[in-house]
Amino acid sequence: MAAAVATPVRPDLLEVRGVSKSFPGVAALEDVTLRLRHGTVHALMGENGAGKSTLMKIVAGVCTPDSGELRLEGRALRLGSPGQALAAGIAMIHQELNLLPTMSVAENIWIGREPLNALRLVRHRELNRRARALLERLAVDLDPRAELRTLPLAARQMVEIARALSYDSRLLIMDEPTSALTEREAERLFAVIRDLRSRGVGIFYVTHRIEELFALADEISVLRDGRHVGTSRPRDLTRDDIIRMMVGRELPPPAAAAPAQAGPVALSAQGLSVAGEFEDVSFELHAGEILGVAGLAGSGRSKLAETLFGLVAPTAGEIRIGGSAVRLDSPAAAISRGLGFLTEDRKESGCFLSLSVLENLEISVLSRDFVRMGFVHAAGARRACERMVSALRVKTPGLGERIENLSGGNQQKVLIGRCLLTRPKILILDEPTRGVDVGAKAEIHQLITRLVAAGTAVLMISSEMPEILAMSHRVMVMHEGRVTGILERAAATQVKIMDLAAR
Amino acid sequence: MQPALADRTAPSATAARVRRLPPEAGILLVLIALALAFELLGWIFVHQSFLANEQRLVIMILQVSVIGVIAVGVTQVIITGGIDLSSGSVVALTAMVAASLAQSSEAVRAVYPALIDLPAIVPVAAGLAVGAAAGLVNGTLIASTGIPPFIATLGVMVSARGLAKWYTRGQPVSMLTDPYAAIGSGAVPVVVFLATALLFHVALRHTRYGKFTYAIGANREAARVAGIRVGRHLVLVYAIAGLLSGLAGVLTSARAVSGQAGMGLMYELDAIAAAVIGGASLSGGVGRITGTVIGTLILGVVTSGFTFLRIDAYYQEIVKGGIIVAAVVADQYRRRRRLTAT
Repeated sequence: MAAAVATPVRPDLLEVRGVSKSFPGVAALEDVTLRLRHGTVHALMGENGAGKSTLMKIVAGVCTPDSGELRLEGRALRLGSPGQALAAGIAMIHQELNLLPTMSVAENIWIGREPLNALRLVRHRELNRRARALLERLAVDLDPRAELRTLPLAARQMVEIARALSYDSRLLIMDEPTSALTEREAERLFAVIRDLRSRGVGIFYVTHRIEELFALADEISVLRDGRHVGTSRPRDLTRDDIIRMMVGRELPPPAAAAPAQAGPVALSAQGLSVAGEFEDVSFELHAGEILGVAGLAGSGRSKLAETLFGLVAPTAGEIRIGGSAVRLDSPAAAISRGLGFLTEDRKESGCFLSLSVLENLEISVLSRDFVRMGFVHAAGARRACERMVSALRVKTPGLGERIENLSGGNQQKVLIGRCLLTRPKILILDEPTRGVDVGAKAEIHQLITRLVAAGTAVLMISSEMPEILAMSHRVMVMHEGRVTGILERAAATQVKIMDLAAR
Repeated sequence: MQPALADRTAPSATAARVRRLPPEAGILLVLIALALAFELLGWIFVHQSFLANEQRLVIMILQVSVIGVIAVGVTQVIITGGIDLSSGSVVALTAMVAASLAQSSEAVRAVYPALIDLPAIVPVAAGLAVGAAAGLVNGTLIASTGIPPFIATLGVMVSARGLAKWYTRGQPVSMLTDPYAAIGSGAVPVVVFLATALLFHVALRHTRYGKFTYAIGANREAARVAGIRVGRHLVLVYAIAGLLSGLAGVLTSARAVSGQAGMGLMYELDAIAAAVIGGASLSGGVGRITGTVIGTLILGVVTSGFTFLRIDAYYQEIVKGGIIVAAVVADQYRRRRRLTAT
């Protein structure tokens, strides 16, 4: 911040001047002007579809603006491809990871720029050494030779970040880099970002997490419906100011969990284990209760959710639904017993990207309703889906729209709708608001609260501490595959949870 | 990919109109263009009409009906994201088995001297059963071992061809009963093809079976999470594809009034080509029977058109390969343009 004031002569690192971009029928960006100074973190906020990603794609050379221009250190910059952007010192970390799953960490980082020997063969030892050095700078404990697909999502994201850093870029674009990271991993990333900033690198930082802004950003710009709403310093803004700028309307008050009407036990686990993943997990989940599950990546919480839903077979222990022991050999069996599951990985195991919103919504309920003699009662299914779409306020041009064309928040709502159509008594939600904008997030929280008030039992895994604290009646904390504590709402504080999660 | 479209409720009028065209529209135009091209070339080079010849059109559809029946099954396999290389060999095997049970008393050395002059339903049922069994093997291999469909069906392709040869030690099976031969004569194969296509068109669009088939191809893991018993469903899809190959085997042997182990050679590739020309995507989740029917007709028009122009059979194959690739390239180009437009 101070540096920017002290060097008034030096032109800004990047200036975006009057940039507009429209896709057929839609204006994605209209006359956006903003500047990124050397050695600063410039946060971009906005709801899904506000134009942040389009703007960043223009800066990264992925698309070209219809009008307006970019100036890099005072000189006009014309980018025809991401390659030209990289050559100009601009690197982007994509929201959707662009990695090669069957190649090693080091190969992924240096792809296309491998060190070669005289015979033009790849010098693997040198390749791995360079990758290791880079990962050490990020303070990431990863084997450069590990095959990428064997790594968890958080580690893959670190590889993507390492790759962007490997270009020695002056301008780095980060599109929601923390959406798949735990708090500890995010902290590590922030340290790296601060280090880069102190070396003069300018960073565009797109995020949905307002907490991060105050920790990290030097300037905040807000986009809404493709227009630049304003730019300020974080210290001049409150959380509510930012939300108001982004949404352009008043948001419903933050969801607070209704007092638990401790109903009967809906779901319980006794000594549940999956070898190598988690061990001896026991808990009881009551009807009308939200049991939050907190823990760092690798704590086994997602594997636990998958086991409860029949995706993974337990190696020991017992699951009880409504008091009777069950053996769930498949998700189909779990759904028929009244379970619903929201996956943490929307793209991998959630959406059918090539299919319509309707087809994505109805698929689970077809195992039970709207089918006679194998034939789908199309009108009935459509009506139910229409009701669900309007109840969840999914923004889509129609039920026939491909789900691929919806924003992340709306895709998430469709997946939640898919669960709800089967009318589950027990909902297992794994990161229900990951990569979702503030507006949609508040709506999802309200929806969960309503369901719980109506007697649904909810097991909610989340990496976001505010979400865990605001929503849960009780919080179960996991660490390296074991339950380290179950806290009542009154006793659940951030410090206490972190203590149990990271001991 | 985060198109801003999602937040606007009304896409422009032109966008909506473009979207309402069925995906087969493009490939139907290719079919019409090819037919008109042959018509034009016909007047120039051989001085007669290509299309205004009922007999030629009937023969053309008759020739591709068997491929069409197979392609209907293969399309469903492709929609799941799989592939079936075994169809051609299964045609041979089922043709042999069906023919061996359809021999008349005039046969000099019948395969089963005790089983002659059986009603036609017996060989037909046997052919269908053997086809379904082959498909069941494909599906079970894929679902239970997790090996890629390419490998599983490649294995069955080789073995089924071997079985077809072993069955009579390479001897052709001839002297079939008249009722059986009737199945392959006249317009019967065409009717069977169109009925099969209609049946599975409805099944894919309007039944749970169809919905699950598309879902598995679009995202197998998501399908499992959504509560579909993926393995069981795949076995069913491959069994149906096998059954239809069996039906094709019955038609082939009835039409030739014999069973030969060399029947159905390369049919699997023609069937895959028909499905892919018709818009089915080998990466799964996309494909329609109507497209496949048009794809089948394109193959028929090309073969029949070249014969009509008296072009050497060698050239025919060379050009046919090019047309298959060109059709798919054109289709992908069209799709990509639509994708970037959104």
